[in-house]
Amino acid sequence: MGISVIGAGLAAIGAGLGIGLIGGKAMEAIARQPEAQGKIQSSALILAALIEAVALFAIVVSLIK
Amino acid sequence: MKRFILSILTLLFTVNLALASGGEKHSEEFNPTETAMHHVKDSHQFDIWGHDLTIHLPIILWTENGLVTFSSKEFHGDDSGEVIVEKNGMKFTKFHEKIYYANSKKNDQGDYITESAKIVHLDDQHHPINKKPWDFSITKNVFSMWLSLILLLVVAISAGRFYKTSKYKGVPKGAAKVIEPLVVFVRDDIAIPNIGEKKYKKYMPYLLTVFFFVWLNNVMGLIPFFPFGANLTGNIAVTCTLAVFTFIITTFSGNKNYWKHIFWAPGVPVPMKIFLAPIELIGMFTKPFSLMVRLFANITAGHIIILSLVSLIFVFKSYLVAPASIIAVVFISVIEILVTALQAYIFTTLSALYFGMATEEHHEEH
Repeated sequence: MGISVIGAGLAAIGAGLGIGLIGGKAMEAIARQPEAQGKIQSSALILAALIEAVALFAIVVSLIK
Repeated sequence: MKRFILSILTLLFTVNLALASGGEKHSEEFNPTETAMHHVKDSHQFDIWGHDLTIHLPIILWTENGLVTFSSKEFHGDDSGEVIVEKNGMKFTKFHEKIYYANSKKNDQGDYITESAKIVHLDDQHHPINKKPWDFSITKNVFSMWLSLILLLVVAISAGRFYKTSKYKGVPKGAAKVIEPLVVFVRDDIAIPNIGEKKYKKYMPYLLTVFFFVWLNNVMGLIPFFPFGANLTGNIAVTCTLAVFTFIITTFSGNKNYWKHIFWAPGVPVPMKIFLAPIELIGMFTKPFSLMVRLFANITAGHIIILSLVSLIFVFKSYLVAPASIIAVVFISVIEILVTALQAYIFTTLSALYFGMATEEHHEEH
């Protein structure tokens, strides 16, 4: 139980970092080029979803005893 | 619009209170984990108001002696393997919402979960080793799925019929008014950019079905009263089925270019090609797997957070915690409304992306 909780926490930290980076860069890009907002937004969402998938893998693995 | 939002918030507010008061009665020692897991799981009955008002769903079993059907009422709300139902000369008991064969004697552990003369107790992890009959029961999730299918059919067919009538003059009316922007959104923002102008039409029916099915069921899971409140998209079997559909469609629409990229990546040195092939092959399966886990985990996590926040009141055993708890529940509920749409969008977008990858034509060496 203890170790799996640490694993889940680490996965959350990693995913948070990744999604934060994507979000930050997307914001900068939108600020620089507001007309490209739609495209940037949808690709940022897809990238966040991909990171989320990796994080969820980690969490699922950490839950398996 | 303001009034609409306000009424939804009030509804969530009162229903969460009602849900909380149901949990209070039947537990001397309150266990938040158990309560949350119980509400997230599939069930053979609908608890509308604690255990006072319950809708019993039919149980349909395929046993060693053929088909057996009875109402879940015969278990008297028991879920710990205490009550035994005898049908067709066989004995059944329900333990953690699963139905097992049982005999009438208690075993060493004091449980009724025993299978006639073969295995006599639960294993180390407290999992029953009893045999199970094939369970085709209409559970909460099955009921909820049928309800959503009926709703979708009624709305979609009436919208579709509208376009065939002479009333259609470029401005949609009725159900079509609601459906049209969403269909256009799925076509213009999901299908066309990811699959391409030429081939998207073939995949539209599937993408639209998945989008509306996932979204409707996410929303229905968030409404915590009868006939909604079943955690359908938070059930891994359901999301698995959806992901398998995406996998099958991707695999069967894969063209020469797609398979070449998997087994013999062009423009890469030969040793690297050999190294890449197994990775790409595993990638074929991890893509739908991530679709399955993402939807399941997001929806289940949302439900568990809401239930845990309500549970705080009972953990602290004080009404003073209630305002903080309820504000947090409303806040999370509003976020969850966003998540319902977002997860449906992401599931559809990624499906479309995979179809796009499978049907992409060869353009240039890279």
